[in-house]
Amino acid sequence: MKKNKMINLKINNQSVSVPEGSTILQAAQKLNIHIPTLCNHDDLCVAGNCRVCVVEQKGARVLVAACAQPVVEGMEILTNSLKVRNARKHVVELLLSEHRADCTKCYRNQNCELQTLANEYSFGDHIFLDLVGRHEQMIDYASCAIIKDDSKCIRCQRCVRTCSELQKVSAIAVSGKGADMKISTFHDRPISHVVCTNCGQCVNRCPTGALTEKNYIDYVWDAIYDTEKHVVVQTAPAVRVALGEDLGYDPGERVTGKMVTALKQLGFDSVLDTDFSADLTIMEEGTELLTRLKKVLVDKDKDTALPMTTSCSPGWIKFIEHKYPKMLPNVSTCKSPQQMFGELAKTYYAEKKGLNPENIVSVSIMPCTAKKFEANRPEMRDSGYKDVDYVLTTREFAIMIKQAGIDFRTLESSHYDSLMGDSSGAAVIFGATGGVMEAAIRTAYEIVTGKPVPFDNLNITPVRGMEGVKEASLKIEGCKKEWKFLEGVELKTAIAHGLTNANKVMDAVSKGKATYHFIEIMACPGGCIGGGGQPIPTNIDIRQKRIDAIYEEDMSLPIRKSHENPEIIQLYNDFLEKPNSHKAHELLHTHYVERVKY
Amino acid sequence: MMKTKKISKVDLIFEHIDPREILIKVHGMSSEEIIEEILESGLKGRGGAGFPTGMKWKFCSEEKEKTKYIVCNADEGEPGTFKDREILDRVAYKVYAGMAIAGKAVGAKTGIIYLRGEYKFLLPQLRMELDSFHKLLKETGYDFEIDFRLGSGAYICGEESALFESIEGKRGEPRNKPPYPTTAGLFGKPTTINNVETLVNSVIIMKYGSDRYKQMGTRYSTGAKVFSVSGDTPIPGIYELELGMSLFEFVKEFGDGDTKTVQVGGAAGFCVPRKLFANTVIGFEGVPTGGSMKLFNSSRSMYNVLHNYLEFFTEESCGQCTPCRVGCQQLLKGIESVKKGESQSTYLNELIKLADTMKIASKCGLGQSVGNAFKSIVENFREEIIY
Ligand SMILES: Cc1cc2nc3c(=O)[nH]c(=O)nc-3n(C[C@H](O)[C@H](O)[C@H](O)COP(=O)(O)O)c2cc1C
Ligand code: SF4
Ligand code: SF4
Ligand code: SF4
Ligand code: SF4
Ligand code: FES
Repeated sequence: MKKNKMINLKINNQSVSVPEGSTILQAAQKLNIHIPTLCNHDDLCVAGNCRVCVVEQKGARVLVAACAQPVVEGMEILTNSLKVRNARKHVVELLLSEHRADCTKCYRNQNCELQTLANEYSFGDHIFLDLVGRHEQMIDYASCAIIKDDSKCIRCQRCVRTCSELQKVSAIAVSGKGADMKISTFHDRPISHVVCTNCGQCVNRCPTGALTEKNYIDYVWDAIYDTEKHVVVQTAPAVRVALGEDLGYDPGERVTGKMVTALKQLGFDSVLDTDFSADLTIMEEGTELLTRLKKVLVDKDKDTALPMTTSCSPGWIKFIEHKYPKMLPNVSTCKSPQQMFGELAKTYYAEKKGLNPENIVSVSIMPCTAKKFEANRPEMRDSGYKDVDYVLTTREFAIMIKQAGIDFRTLESSHYDSLMGDSSGAAVIFGATGGVMEAAIRTAYEIVTGKPVPFDNLNITPVRGMEGVKEASLKIEGCKKEWKFLEGVELKTAIAHGLTNANKVMDAVSKGKATYHFIEIMACPGGCIGGGGQPIPTNIDIRQKRIDAIYEEDMSLPIRKSHENPEIIQLYNDFLEKPNSHKAHELLHTHYVERVKY
Repeated sequence: MMKTKKISKVDLIFEHIDPREILIKVHGMSSEEIIEEILESGLKGRGGAGFPTGMKWKFCSEEKEKTKYIVCNADEGEPGTFKDREILDRVAYKVYAGMAIAGKAVGAKTGIIYLRGEYKFLLPQLRMELDSFHKLLKETGYDFEIDFRLGSGAYICGEESALFESIEGKRGEPRNKPPYPTTAGLFGKPTTINNVETLVNSVIIMKYGSDRYKQMGTRYSTGAKVFSVSGDTPIPGIYELELGMSLFEFVKEFGDGDTKTVQVGGAAGFCVPRKLFANTVIGFEGVPTGGSMKLFNSSRSMYNVLHNYLEFFTEESCGQCTPCRVGCQQLLKGIESVKKGESQSTYLNELIKLADTMKIASKCGLGQSVGNAFKSIVENFREEIIY
């Protein structure tokens, strides 16, 4: 097959020319002709199972699925013939006939692809019999992160493809056939009792309300209105570049200042930033890496594991616990920024503010559903209190803003509160794949050599970008006295986002085929900006826009390196003493456990 | 009145031949010559879809890949059909020979027989026969090897692309086409998949030549076919008959004198009422069949017959695509509801429209063929469905 060969065809009598291998759907998009779709998703392989996209191909015996049918020279397509309209209406009516359509009570109301189609094609006609009772109305509420409601499922298998293709987890799969066909887990167990990493990528791609995050909005309102409680909130880096999408902005708009104002108006007692603890993570993790390097290179310690991997992504942590438990020693012992923040909220912050930690409620706003699980891990309560009480996704946060009647667009910008509200640009870029690596290198290189990283504007471009697995190495030169053992060492790093890519890297490492020192892994495609808790839809274009916004935010900040964050310096001076100190270890580090394989 | 043939029994499929002779003969032929002979014969697939076998082989032979497969479809899931079992039981070596010939024609060295799970009991015998056949292949200079895979018991795994998925260890769900099997079939490699009986026919053609083969049957339906005759007949069983006879002739031979209708082609086929017997040709120009012929006499309720078929499809649909998964349930519930008087009889008209949609919007042949039985029964026996 020659590349770039163009194919000419006609859609609704309009001529169009597209590269060989394109689908009818892609050709129609080029002509701005809309063909409805459901099972199709740009991130996933073609399924062709919902049949909503069927179109008429002149000369063909049957209708063809526009999402799956490759273009052929001279093809003539009709997307809106009577035959097509009738079939499409039938398909929509059939889907509705097996669907428990209680839209007004549904989490996806007004952002649901089935609902949109129903609005276009069905006018309460009820052509067919109601089959809802036929299906089990089993709703799986057992997980603290994800709710699965089979009565809302249209069996498009986007979730199944997400979990196997993008995440290589396969926690969910199709079971049964015919009328009994459904999306199921191993032995139909609750999703909390299988290999599911809680990444929420399936939730983000589900066209309906069949997969949603468990929402904690009302718990948070209760805490806010409880006068006994002091409610602190932290916001993850990736939220500020995506929240706008749920409030009517175009993808890629940064809304940091307005977001802080909105949080204050919602009634949080203190509005603080996960970016602060991201900077702290760099201090702790960077130091840990340097210590591990020393132990291996100088002390020849056989018990120290290298490469070291990051630990900020709880989806990744659960993945390695299930799939590569033997490699748990390679995972950094640092808690994630969310948990470090929560821990400090109930210790350092409480102490400084003279508050009883018992009365502090710590809330976090995250682009992530796995963070809900992480907050509930028994390991995450070293102060004697739960580090983080409630985790809200970006989507839940947007709902709260709407509930409170806040006109987001007209809000003034404001600044985070102090003590744990300052951050550097290095912390902001945690939200994008490669960001932790870049932040860590900015700081570690400077600790070791006393000089800033040798890159224009501190922008370490080799670790940036959307490639699934990135590799970069950096020769360390001009080391300070105490780091002389690193002189001339080529620091080798790898960066993976999406668990399928993580799996590739871990497979290579576990088989001894790759020799890295440091690996950054994010469970979600694109990093946290593409998290399972981010606005729906998320796709490759939207991820790119959010990433661009993240790097803009970095450039806009006066401080770009974690170790220069004044509140971090103050934290070590007043409370933790120094990175990896005894106290830091007690509060900010942890260990993980082996889990089942199915 | 259409021109049809008289009923004519033949004995070619089960006739014993010397496979060595055929193999030696074919060994002396080029790939093009073999394909030309099959094309000339007019042979069409016996698995149901009726695709010209020579074309299939030709497409596959033109693919450049090094690895190609010959797959024999022995999943035989159609209720009331047992002709492939009979063929494998009695003349398995002819199936093997057909695969080796196909292998030579398209350039494949590996053959796989996907055997219906319920036919597992045949396996020891089949393997023994295969061992000696492998020896024969060596002696006659063929570089071809055959192996078995057992089916999972799902009807849909007889559909070719679902069958590949099943062999690959995945869930048996039909794939999107294109790509067709001849370009990307089993393990993504060019694959020729044929029904058991088609393969045996290719051996018959190689033995007698396409000219003699073509003398049987009609212009569009050459050759003969093995029929599984069941239902209200005094003489149920397996019969090899020339294609192209009228249903009238057929019923004269097999009916019990009170035949009301014949379901040609099983659940996926058509129900032909008595008034159409004389005008209905059994063959690709009339009603095609994978071999199942079920006769019903006037004591049978066509509601029950249809209900059974719809229950079968509701269960056996793979469930992935909307028109078939939900459509089957709607048709089933729909006729129940009309029967009980909960829906008006005019609801049947909506269901017929739905059946039309299923025909053109379903992803695979299963969903596309549910409408055949549904429409032909409802249109011809409407009162029996309602009252
Ligand atoms: C639902 C379904 C079930 C099928 N089952 C069988 C089967 O049991 N045996 C078979 O040979 N073909 C079956 N087919 C047809 C195959 O997909 C395919 O067309 C056939 O194996 C090709 O062989 P042929 O060209 O020799 O007929 C089935 C098709 C469908 C749609
Ligand atoms: S999933 Fe969509 S269509 Fe179904 S109830 Fe929810 S909003 Fe309505
Ligand atoms: S759970 Fe959602 S994504 Fe998965 S099949 Fe059902 S509707 Fe599709
Ligand atoms: S949350 Fe992630 S791991 Fe769990 S089922 Fe969904 S995609 Fe799979
Ligand atoms: S038509 Fe039926 S059997 Fe075929 S793919 Fe669709 S659901 Fe599966
Ligand atoms: S979008 Fe094409 S079949 Fe579902």
